[in-house]
Amino acid sequence: MNFFTSLADRDHVFDFLVPAASPVDVRHGPILYLDGVTVSFDGFKAIDALDLTIDDGELRCIIGPNGAGKTTMMDIITGKTRPDSGSVWFGSRHNLLAKSEPEIASLGIGRKFQKPTVFEALTVFENLELAMAADKRILPTLTARLTGEIRDRIEEVLVTVGLVECRQRPAGILSHGQKQWLEIGMLLMQRPRLLLVDEPVAGMTEQEMERTAELLTGLAGKGKQSVVVVEHDMGFVRSIARTVTVLHQGSVLAEGSMDEVASDPRVVEVYLGAEPDEEAA
Amino acid sequence: MRMIRSLVRALFCLVVVALAAPAALAAADDDGQARLEALDTRAYADKGEAIEALAASGDPRTRRWLEALMDGKLQRHKETGRFVVVLENRGRHWPVADALTGEALGEMSRRELDRIGINNALRGRLQSTLAVLDLRVEDAGARREAARDLLGRVDAAMVAPLEDVLEAEGDPEVRRLLAQGLAIHRLERGEAAAVEALAGSLNPEARAALSAAARSEDPDLAEAASGALADIEQKLRLNRGLETLYFGLSLGSVLVLAAIGLAITFGVMGVINMAHGELMMLGAYTTWAMQQLLPGQPGLALLLAIPAGFLVAALAGVAIERGVIQFLKGRPLETLLATFGVSLILQQLVRTVISPLNRTVVTPEWMSGSLMINEGLSLTLNRLYVLGFALLVFAGLMLVMRRTRLGLEVRAVTQNRAMARAMGIRATRVDILTFALGSGVAGLAGVALSQLTNVGPNLGQNYIIDSFMVVVFGGVGNLWGTLVAGLSLGVINQVLEPWAGAVLAKILVLVFIILFIQKRPRGLFPQKGRAAEG
Amino acid sequence: MPDSTSWLSRPFRERATRLFLGVLLTALAVVTLLHLALPAGHPLHVSTYTVTLLGKYLSYALLAVAVDLVWGYLGILSLGHGAFFALGGYAMGMYLMRQIGDRGVYGDPLLPDFMVFLDWDELPWYWLGFDMAGFAFVMVLLAPGLLALVFGFLAFRSRVTGVYLSIITQALTFALMLAFFRNEMGFGGNNGLTDFKELLGFDLRSDATRLGLFLATGVALALGYVLCRAIVSSKLGRVCVATRDAEARTRFLGYRVERFQLFVFVVSAMLAGVAGALYVPQVGIINPGEFSPIFSIEIVLWVALGGRGTLYGAVIGALLVNYAKTVFTGAMPDAWLFALGGMFVLVTVLLPKGIAGLLAYRLRRRPSARPSSPDPASPKEASA
Repeated sequence: MNFFTSLADRDHVFDFLVPAASPVDVRHGPILYLDGVTVSFDGFKAIDALDLTIDDGELRCIIGPNGAGKTTMMDIITGKTRPDSGSVWFGSRHNLLAKSEPEIASLGIGRKFQKPTVFEALTVFENLELAMAADKRILPTLTARLTGEIRDRIEEVLVTVGLVECRQRPAGILSHGQKQWLEIGMLLMQRPRLLLVDEPVAGMTEQEMERTAELLTGLAGKGKQSVVVVEHDMGFVRSIARTVTVLHQGSVLAEGSMDEVASDPRVVEVYLGAEPDEEAA
Repeated sequence: MRMIRSLVRALFCLVVVALAAPAALAAADDDGQARLEALDTRAYADKGEAIEALAASGDPRTRRWLEALMDGKLQRHKETGRFVVVLENRGRHWPVADALTGEALGEMSRRELDRIGINNALRGRLQSTLAVLDLRVEDAGARREAARDLLGRVDAAMVAPLEDVLEAEGDPEVRRLLAQGLAIHRLERGEAAAVEALAGSLNPEARAALSAAARSEDPDLAEAASGALADIEQKLRLNRGLETLYFGLSLGSVLVLAAIGLAITFGVMGVINMAHGELMMLGAYTTWAMQQLLPGQPGLALLLAIPAGFLVAALAGVAIERGVIQFLKGRPLETLLATFGVSLILQQLVRTVISPLNRTVVTPEWMSGSLMINEGLSLTLNRLYVLGFALLVFAGLMLVMRRTRLGLEVRAVTQNRAMARAMGIRATRVDILTFALGSGVAGLAGVALSQLTNVGPNLGQNYIIDSFMVVVFGGVGNLWGTLVAGLSLGVINQVLEPWAGAVLAKILVLVFIILFIQKRPRGLFPQKGRAAEG
Repeated sequence: MPDSTSWLSRPFRERATRLFLGVLLTALAVVTLLHLALPAGHPLHVSTYTVTLLGKYLSYALLAVAVDLVWGYLGILSLGHGAFFALGGYAMGMYLMRQIGDRGVYGDPLLPDFMVFLDWDELPWYWLGFDMAGFAFVMVLLAPGLLALVFGFLAFRSRVTGVYLSIITQALTFALMLAFFRNEMGFGGNNGLTDFKELLGFDLRSDATRLGLFLATGVALALGYVLCRAIVSSKLGRVCVATRDAEARTRFLGYRVERFQLFVFVVSAMLAGVAGALYVPQVGIINPGEFSPIFSIEIVLWVALGGRGTLYGAVIGALLVNYAKTVFTGAMPDAWLFALGGMFVLVTVLLPKGIAGLLAYRLRRRPSARPSSPDPASPKEASA
């Protein structure tokens, strides 16, 4: 069955053709590289000639007013939206524009949505189980068994995100903050090389925010994960960021440390003297 | 006393006049009697001449006599020698009328009567005589009809009288037809010059004559004829194309009418209303009810049914919205099922309350008949009216959506429900009004459909899948898309029909849409952007 | 709850599944006993007519389970499952037609009666092989499976979901209905296939065959149920639920959602085909009416009434609605459509989780009751 569907799928790369482990090649520099990406919806340019480079192991924060194109940028990297022009590379080997969402996910790019999206009808445990890096084709999924090793890994992540007590609860009844944590836990299960995190602390208490900051900074590091955080909360950004990129009208307005960026007069103008139509967009 | 006397005198006068009148008539009718006598001869040649003479006489009764003669109903009473016209020649005793006066004479046994016989040669001659006779009447329409009938039936004997008629004829259409009729005759006799007169003519007789001539021995004639024929074929193809287009647009207009209300409810509220077809059915039944209420005035009833059908369907729509749909907000699949249930109930309601059988809705006179564009192409009026009506309804809806407060609010709610609500738009009220509007338009569609198809409990069911296809094809939430999709699906269907058959054409269209949706899941005119993807 | 056992044995460890199988097999045994052991006049005797009627209900129940698999767990509301049911039925019908041999009205040894009537000289190519039971039974699975494969491949690849998918599945079955009504298609047109004589050598009119068909349908239902249960309780089942509730999220986890959808859709279509194949010899006819959109949407009602996303709910719903239909159409034929329409409205508005939801509510304290029934206002549907 699986075989026949794969025969009919032109995008499908047969397993024997896929290079083993298909590692992300970061010897020649960045892990993520966007070059001249442009996308427009009905003439409105959501992303306009955007260039962005994320280095291996970096923790990058991206800020910008509403409509700056942050979420659309995430959509492009994860394959949800196709840009009109430009190129997107993961390491120096993978052209992301030629790949589908599941392929991009299996390459090692994990994404946390702006609105926490967990599988509400499934338990916390099951949510993590599905997220886990594994053979995600049909028959292996059908015959998958829960081994002790897997159970241990899930327990480990449950501890990390502080949801041990809720493991058998349906995710739908978790609090907003807990859902955010569960989603981060799911990202961890995926063992991604690059994490895209959209507004991780929205709706969190001060304490939860601190823990999130701790977790994210702990994740990033050379040879471990690279993390891209899109966030509105300036306090949070200040607490974790080494490098900050400011997006405005679909392209990079400024880049640098939080202090540099905050003192940039253009950034100040965008944030303080925001034009009214920006809000509507 | 005096009064009585004058009364008697008056009565006497009356009696005298009454008695004298037929006598005077009879005296004046010696001519008529003589002409009929002339017909009653054994020699067929003489009979033929008598017919010619009669036709030339201008006697108003000529047509009646000749027709009776043709049918063998002109007979003579054996005893009295009186000429009679048999009214009904079935059974042994026939009702008859006096041939001269037209006075009914009661029944006569067929043994008392002698038929004035004719043979086949005479029958043909009679036919052409009658045809020429028709060309002399007052009414230009009737003359055209007669001239058209003559095409391909002109024979040598008729040429002379027809040429006379043509000379005197004032109506250009009759002239043209007569000229063609004569040309066909000349062509049949092998005159190559006649081809020119027939060039571009679309009537089948002219084509038959030309294709016969194209096969003739005479090479000049054959060449000229086949050239003319090719021109005609070209013109006919164009005509057929136009006709297909017309039928396609007509079908398309029905689809647009059926789908556009759906486009509003589906596009704006995200509500799949499976009872939409039944709302159309209600509109059609409203038309029927109106005609029952106003017997003898089908036209007026139809006009009144337009607002009434809108109202009935809109009210039913509001009832559905308040009674069912409002409880299923944000659950489109459940809404689909629930409204399907409503559609079953409405159908059965009509079956139980009115009848499971189809009802007859009368087409008013001004909507029946057809508009003749040329000899190869005539457009049926009812379809033309429905097409116009559909465009009117579309324009009206566009106006409502673009120019009114309701339209503005509807568009706001479509684009961002939460935001619209935050800006003080009462979304619930907008929902109700939108649903009423969409349902009302379904009612209008029903009124229009009552003029094209049978009005029965299944009327809606037959259109629901098609209407959904139109909406999906056009792109949800886009009225222009619905218009373009409806009209083009109608045309595609009609284009496919001649070589695929009606059923297969429909299947092909469905398959086409299914494939189309794979390519463009959001239809012809999709709404783009992040918000649209939800 | 995920566990470490093999996927096929998992259903038997579930209390609810064991209970379901127990009830089903007991019912089969009781009916058989009452039919065979009691004399015809006895008040508890189950007549052959009733046995066949129950067999028909059971085939409907299997069909409902197939629909619940895609609707309840995958969130795909198929309004065209009647098409798969009918295709399975036609495959079986073609075999039964070929079995008639020269005992038809026209006595043609090769051609079925309707082809003789249409003056056909030879058997169309797609009728070849249907004289062999094995081939025909494979086609019972393959015909609906292939249609589902092609249709699903196109639909899921371009991410047609929600109401759009529902509408085009409806268009699919409608188009097939129109096609099968055509005499030129070679499936008997309007009248369909009928006048069957025997199945695998057993006389279809004999009481024993009818009882056998009833039992076979019961066993098929049990097997189909276990298969579906095994699928939904595997990790694949959880991927399905994940897809139903948040399709995009599932994609970002690295699952090729469209293939999972296609896999389950095809399995479901094949189950529907089996149901159709068991239905046809019991009712003795298959005609294009089975393709009608109304029938397909009625199946959905069975599932909705029983409670979707539970499987056993689908069985309960199918049995209840069809029993009600038999009673109503016998006693008050006019009222049936009112009742059916009313059920649609009431179930969706008042009983979104169906009868199974009511039962689960009662049994909530039992530890084995897992909240597997879906959230009616799932985010996926809201955004469709």
